[in-house]
Amino acid sequence: MLDKVLFYFFAGIAVASAVLMVTRRNVVHSAIFLITALLATAGIFLQLRAEFLFIVQIILYVGGIMVLFVFVIMLVNLDVALQQIQFARQKWVALIVALALAGQVGVMFWTSGKMPGQGLPVLTAAAAEHLPPNSEAVAKSLFSTYLLPFEIASVLLLVAMIGAVVMAKKRT
Amino acid sequence: MLPIEHYLFLSLALFIIGVIGVVTRRNVIVVLMSIELILNAVNINLVAFSRLYGDVSGQVFALFIIADAAAEAAVGLGIIIAFFRNRETVLADEMDLLKW
Repeated sequence: MLDKVLFYFFAGIAVASAVLMVTRRNVVHSAIFLITALLATAGIFLQLRAEFLFIVQIILYVGGIMVLFVFVIMLVNLDVALQQIQFARQKWVALIVALALAGQVGVMFWTSGKMPGQGLPVLTAAAAEHLPPNSEAVAKSLFSTYLLPFEIASVLLLVAMIGAVVMAKKRT
Repeated sequence: MLPIEHYLFLSLALFIIGVIGVVTRRNVIVVLMSIELILNAVNINLVAFSRLYGDVSGQVFALFIIADAAAEAAVGLGIIIAFFRNRETVLADEMDLLKW
C-alpha cells in the first residue's frame, strides 16, 4: 500500500514536471522543472530499494549536471533568446514519433499474453527485507564482473573533461 | 514492488516527453536537457528490472548511463559555449554553418 502511494506520488511529480519542462518558454524554468523530475526519479529509485543509485542520482545529476546547465544558461545571453520563437514548427513530426513509440509498446503489451514463453516475465520480486545491502551488492558487482567497463567509463570521463575544456576555452 | 508494467509505463511516458522536447524545441540547451530526461527514463527501466530479477547488474548499468550522461552534458555544453561565442545564438535552426 505504502509502495503504491509512494510510486504514484513520485511518478506524478516526474511526469508533470517533465511536461512543464518541455513546454515552458523560459530556459531557467525548464532547468528547475528538470531538477524536480530528476529528484522524483530518485524517489522512484528509493521505492525500488536502490539506495545507492538514489544517492548517486541526487549528488551527480542534481548536484553536478544541473549546476553545469544553470551555469551555461547564465553564460549565454538569455534576454535575447527569450524574445525569439522557442518552438520549431515540427509538431506533426513530434506527434508521429510519439505515436509510433507508444504504438510499439502497446503492441508489446498486447501480444505479451498471447504466446507462451514470450512477453513480460510473471515472476514476483523478492521481499524487501530479504535483499542484500544495496551499496555492498553494487560495489561487489561493479568491481568484479564489471571491472573493465568501470575503467573504460573512467577513461570516457577523462576524455569528456579534456574535450569540454578544449571546447570552452578562448581561442588565442 | 508494484507490477513491472507500472514502471514501464512511467518510463515510456518520460521517454516520449523527452523525444517531443528534442524534436520541438529550438533552444539547444533545452534539447540537451530533454536528452537527459530520456536517459533518465531508461534508468528507471533498468532499475525496475534489476529489482524484479534480484540482480544488481541493472543498477550497475544505470550507474554507467549516469556517468555517460555527465560526459555528454559536459561536452555538449562546451560545444554550446564555443558556438555561442562565434554566432551569438543558441537556437538549433540557426546552426547552419555546415549547410550550403
